Amino acid sequence: MKLKLKIWRQEDAQDQGGFQDYTVDGIDGDMSFLEMLDVLNNDLVNDGKEPVEFDHDCREGICGSCCLQINGEPHGPDRLITTCQLHMRKFNDGDEIVIEPFRATAFPVIKDLVIDRSSFDRIQHAGGYISVNTSGNTQDANSIPIEKEKADDSFYAATCIGCGACVAACKNASAMLFTSAKVSQLALLPQGEIEAHDRVLNMVHQMDKEGFGNCTNTGACEIECPKGISLENIARMNREYLSASVAG
Amino acid sequence: MAGINKSTIARKVAMALSGLFLVLFLAQHLTINFTTVVSPSTFNELSHFMGTNFVVQAILQPILIAGVIFHFVMGFVLEIRNSKARAVSYKKFNGAANSTWMSRNMIISGIVVLAFLGLHFYDFWIPELVHKYVESHPDDPYRYYDETIAKFAGDPIRTGLYVFAFIFLMLHLLHGFASSFQTLGAKNKYQKGLAGYKSGTSKLIRNLTTAYAIVVPMGFVFIALYHYFNNL
Repeated sequence: MKLKLKIWRQEDAQDQGGFQDYTVDGIDGDMSFLEMLDVLNNDLVNDGKEPVEFDHDCREGICGSCCLQINGEPHGPDRLITTCQLHMRKFNDGDEIVIEPFRATAFPVIKDLVIDRSSFDRIQHAGGYISVNTSGNTQDANSIPIEKEKADDSFYAATCIGCGACVAACKNASAMLFTSAKVSQLALLPQGEIEAHDRVLNMVHQMDKEGFGNCTNTGACEIECPKGISLENIARMNREYLSASVAG
Repeated sequence: MAGINKSTIARKVAMALSGLFLVLFLAQHLTINFTTVVSPSTFNELSHFMGTNFVVQAILQPILIAGVIFHFVMGFVLEIRNSKARAVSYKKFNGAANSTWMSRNMIISGIVVLAFLGLHFYDFWIPELVHKYVESHPDDPYRYYDETIAKFAGDPIRTGLYVFAFIFLMLHLLHGFASSFQTLGAKNKYQKGLAGYKSGTSKLIRNLTTAYAIVVPMGFVFIALYHYFNNL
């Protein structure tokens, strides 16, 4: 396959950046999208040019590092996958592919396609934990009976890898799906009940402080989420927030 | 207002509650308007009651106007905040791949409805104020039907504008009504967005809100067209 690429290049956070056109040849349908970019970077290095910077780590859909907006969709046109799991067979010979970083004021571009997602870390730090006594007398979590449905929903929420596709897909750059998944995974379990009110208030406060937009329930986040995190979590977080606000 | 504006969820809840209030008002408005089709005398009676009753005029009407103003102002506040959340736009953004046009363009349908309200107030509310408080005409409980019908009779442009606005009201409600329940934290089981309900409450909410979003605006369209064609 021979492809035309339109890739966002940006020297650093201060640079205005812009698109540059490239042509890459010899792409096999079984290659992953990141391998296609590896081929391009090889060509660039061989030509004495600077390779395109992009984030990646596990390359098996777990780490959430790869975060590319491909032809207008986070992680490309396929569903329930990350960019590293996207195969080039999804494209045709001669296609033009537009590749951009995830765009949000709270995700500033560091260089080329690499963005700073530490805003997600700060939301987690604000309350995405439970305080456990680890003095040696910690109760075995399995000794606490939990309803199957709640345990399942908690596990589903916990599959969020924090890639930021929800923010990238949302027309408002809202982080409600991410934050609600992190709130839900703990709110559904008895271990998370003690700090439930503080957790949701603090995490939502931090989310707002980071400059993410308001959720308008378009549902784009759920569709583009590589782990299929459900909108139910947003409704649950709204309930938790209202209940915590009323309780003071 | 400062309290309402303190968090994204508080702002959205306020938006949802004001929207639900206006949804209720629409049902009442349609019910009264529909009497122009079936019983002009009933319409005159109801309009006279609404126009002269102290509770309606002094309490409910100001609450309604405050609700309308709040909903529109908050809509613009949210839109401005949302545009700031993505200072640099995408070159390519394929919103149609993952969401409905209605859900992405509530501000557009809202602006059309706001413009329509301007026309509607110009047509009915302002003349009513002038009639009662400026020109101080004597009380006439039989004038309402004729005054209302006169607006549509022989005026295809005004009738067309009303139909156009009601279609946008339908688009606005198709997303907004169901969305308000999600914002208020309804226990929903969704799959692939708000349109893809899985079961239980969400299925009921989706079906009821969709039916309402179509039936009510189309009811207003029917009434406007009925009077236009009936007076050719």
